[in-house]
This record gives sequence, C-alpha cells and structure tokens, in this order.
Amino acid sequence: MAAVQVSEAEKVYILHGIRDDLRVDGRGCEDYRHMEIETDVVSNTDGSAKVTLGHTAVLVGIKAEIGKPRPMVPDEGYLEFFVDCSANATPEFEGRGGEELGTELSNTLYKVFNNKHSVDLKSLCISTGEHCWVLYVDVLLLQCDGNLYDAISVAIKAALFNTKIPRVHISADDEGGKEIELSDDPYDCMRLNVENVPCIVTLCKVGHRHVVDATLQEKACSVASLIISVTHKGTVTCTRKVGGGSLDPESIFEMTEAGKRVGKALHAPLMKLLQQEESLGKKHQKVGFLG
Amino acid sequence: MAADMRLPTIRKPVSLSGSAFDRRDLVVPGDIITSDTGFMRGHGTYVDEEKLTASVAGEVQRVDKLICVRPLKTRFNGEVGDVVVGRITEVQQKRWKVETNSRLDSVLLLSSVNLPGGELRRRSAEDELTMREYLQEGDLISAEVQSVFSDGALSLHYPQFEVWKGQGVLVQLSPSLIKRQKTHFHNLPCGASIILGNNGFVWLYPTPEQQEEEAGGFYTSLEVKDILKPEVMEEIVMLTQQKLLEQEG
Repeated sequence: MAAVQVSEAEKVYILHGIRDDLRVDGRGCEDYRHMEIETDVVSNTDGSAKVTLGHTAVLVGIKAEIGKPRPMVPDEGYLEFFVDCSANATPEFEGRGGEELGTELSNTLYKVFNNKHSVDLKSLCISTGEHCWVLYVDVLLLQCDGNLYDAISVAIKAALFNTKIPRVHISADDEGGKEIELSDDPYDCMRLNVENVPCIVTLCKVGHRHVVDATLQEKACSVASLIISVTHKGTVTCTRKVGGGSLDPESIFEMTEAGKRVGKALHAPLMKLLQQEESLGKKHQKVGFLG
Repeated sequence: MAADMRLPTIRKPVSLSGSAFDRRDLVVPGDIITSDTGFMRGHGTYVDEEKLTASVAGEVQRVDKLICVRPLKTRFNGEVGDVVVGRITEVQQKRWKVETNSRLDSVLLLSSVNLPGGELRRRSAEDELTMREYLQEGDLISAEVQSVFSDGALSLHYPQFEVWKGQGVLVQLSPSLIKRQKTHFHNLPCGASIILGNNGFVWLYPTPEQQEEEAGGFYTSLEVKDILKPEVMEEIVMLTQQKLLEQEG
C-alpha cells in the first residue's frame, strides 16, 4: 500500500491531536472526510458508482452474466470480486505492484458481501441448479489517500443499488428443453434490495485512542487497525484485524462498539443520497471524471 | 460523529473579468502566443504553421527575444538561492538524499552541514558513521539551494534542522503558488511560524520561544504544544468550511 514517510515529531503532533479529539484536518476522531458519490457513471456496466473520500477515489462497475449456480447452493446466484490497483493511484502499483493489495482487498470483499445475509442471493437465481445471475464486481482504485476499505464498501453498496438486471422469461421449447428469453424492453429490469448490504468501517488505533477514516499520515502513526462491516441495523457481519501491531481485548471491544455506532450512522445518509440521485432522473447531468 | 455525503457538482467555469481576459500572458495549450517570426522558441512552446504556440498551460515569460511558458502545474524547478522544505529519503555515504518535489531527489552533503561542536571543523569518519543520528529517513528539513547539477538535481546547504526537529504540520501545494521573496520564514502574531518553501512545501510550527544562534544544537522536541485553543481551532475550521462552500457555490 502506498505509504508516506512521517518524522517522529510529526507523529507526536498527530498523536497529541488525536488524544484531544482534534485531528490535523480539523475532524474529530469519529468523523469521516467529505464524501462524494455518483452512480451510473460507466455506461457499459449494469451498475456503477464512483466515490471520492478526501483524495481517495474508487470506481466500481457491476456486470451481470448468466452462469451456473454453485452445486452446494443450487438456488442462489453469487458475486465475483476483482480489485484493480491502477498505477494512476501510486507508482508503486505499476506492473504487478498492486496485485498483492488487490487480492487482499478482494478476499475481504468476498467475506463481507458474498453471503445471503448481505445480498439477497436467492433473487439472482433464474432456474434452480441450472442458471443464475453472476454479478462481477470490478473495483478500480483511482487515487489512494487512506481508508480504501470504507470507500470501496460505500461504492459497492451504491453500485449494487444502481444495478439493473434485465428480466428473463423461461419458456420450454418443443424438445422439452428450457429456453431463456431476455426481455426486449431495456427498462424492464430487476433491482436488488440493498437494505442489508453492510458498509465497512476501518478503525485505526493511534496511541490510546482510535480514529475512523484515517489519512495516510495517520495510518503511518497507527500500529494496527480493525475492519468491521456493519449493516444498517448495527449488526456486525465481519471483523478483521490488519497491520503488524497487536490490540488488547479491551480496545477491540471498544473499537467494535465505536465501529457499530459509526457504521450505523453511515447507512442513512447514503441511502438518502442514492434515492435523491434516483429521483433526479435521467435528465440530471452527470459530473463524471472531468467535472 | 458525522458522515458528510453529497452528489458531486459541476465546477463553475472561472469567469475572468474583462481586463484579465485580455491578458496575453496566461495561455492554455494550443494558444497562439505570437505570429511574429522574430522571436525565439523557449520551453513550453512549439512552432505550428510559423506561429509560436503554447504547449503547456501557464504564464508567458519574455526575455528579450526568447519566449517561454512557465507551466502552472509542474514539479519544482529549483534555482540557486531558493528556500526549500524537504524530507530525507535516504542516508548515503557523506550525503543525504532529500525529496523536494523536484524531478530528481536533491542532495545534502555532510560537508555543508554545521555539525555540533564548532562551526568549522573537519568532518571525521565518526561524523560519517553518526549521520543517521543527525537526520534520518522521514525527517523534515529546510535548506537553501546551493547549486543545480547538469541533470537538474539540486544540491542544498544551510539546513536548519534545529527548527525542524519540532512538531508541526506539512502542507503540500503546487510550487507555482509560491513566489520567490526576500524572506520565506515568518513568525505570525498568533504564535505560529511558517516556512514557505519555494518547492510548494509549507511547514507550520509553533514559534520557538527563544531564538538562540547556537550552531548545531538540536533535539527532537516531543513535548505537547498547545498554541491554539480548541475554540480558536474550531472557529478556523468553521470559517474554512464556509469559505469552501462559498467558492463551490
């Protein structure tokens, strides 16, 4: 991951600021940076979203394809994740440099999103045991300025909200086989229920306190961080610890509580924003990448 | 606890006032600077159909018959005497490598540093071995550009790291936003000091209490600095947010 160098004195300054609940950019310990969200930015996907969080920018595109369901769960569709670390974000990602981070991110995303409690996988089933929708979720990191997990999870939720899967009709042909027919009307599509899709909150332990949405400088001061995915009800669906340092049980408990609180508060404004954008309709001019 | 989310808005085009719009010294790529053939082609320009055209967005500079365009978005092109703020990236034999936002890392030679215990003394092998004790990777310094090498790399001298071992914040800007001035070190009346590096790095730190001219006495200050009261900080944050909102419309 793109790391920045910070001198000892700067670290002390950041540490003391966090201790007093006042960070270098004026935020409190549980504040997010300003977030900008736009959906439907890539025309050749079924759903897409672009999220900028401070200087972090991620683009998520979702493509739906018809595939075969997994033998263990014949009546469910599934999601596939791929994270591409663009060398635009940092020169370190050039060549195969971003591969390791990409795999780590996509493995976490599998754990968080690819289960029936987060996404209604049953609705992705077309015919049991034969056909289902496979959602290919492609994440592209455009800029890295810390807190990738949170930005990606918000972008995925927004993109899933935006995803329009064409309706299909199954008809039996003369020989008794089944035929899948796509609806001719491009507006005749199925939407996903994103109510239970969780958002990820990353908490970085800095000194004796923890912060959400750490910048790269703050990340450099922290020894370990905890990734928590929280649904709108405050249910924790996945936790992971990253970083080399250790966390004592008490602070893990504290951080989980804080993560729950922050994660719960993240969903309401997000859904409100997505619905607001939806209500603006097709005529609303998109800002896209050059605005 | 707050999560501030919104839709992106299209940036308003910058409206140049009548007089500013006529200015010929601000150009974008493809703008014709002059169709007069009597001028020489400098950096940031090219000749298209016998007309001198800008290849970068920036400010036109004329020196006699030579026309250059100084780009607005650029890395730092250092000149002798510039004040720079930089971060140590490497400790090498008899030199430190410093990141100064220029195309190549700058060098700070051990011989151009005032070492503790007297101003002018020979650098011994021991000094070389203890280089990392003076400055290590990640440390910030301010220095002056001594010379520019043929490949554009900068050599620095007069580092002021006694100031530097203190606490503060580094702000990174575009180098074209900082003018070359007589003084780049300022003590603000509110108790903060600021160093405006020509390379776009700005260092904000609390004003040191007594300024002793003691060569080479430095230490890493790790005590808590409270120059701004939380109320004042909050006020500053509120004002900034308001200004930003006004700008974006």
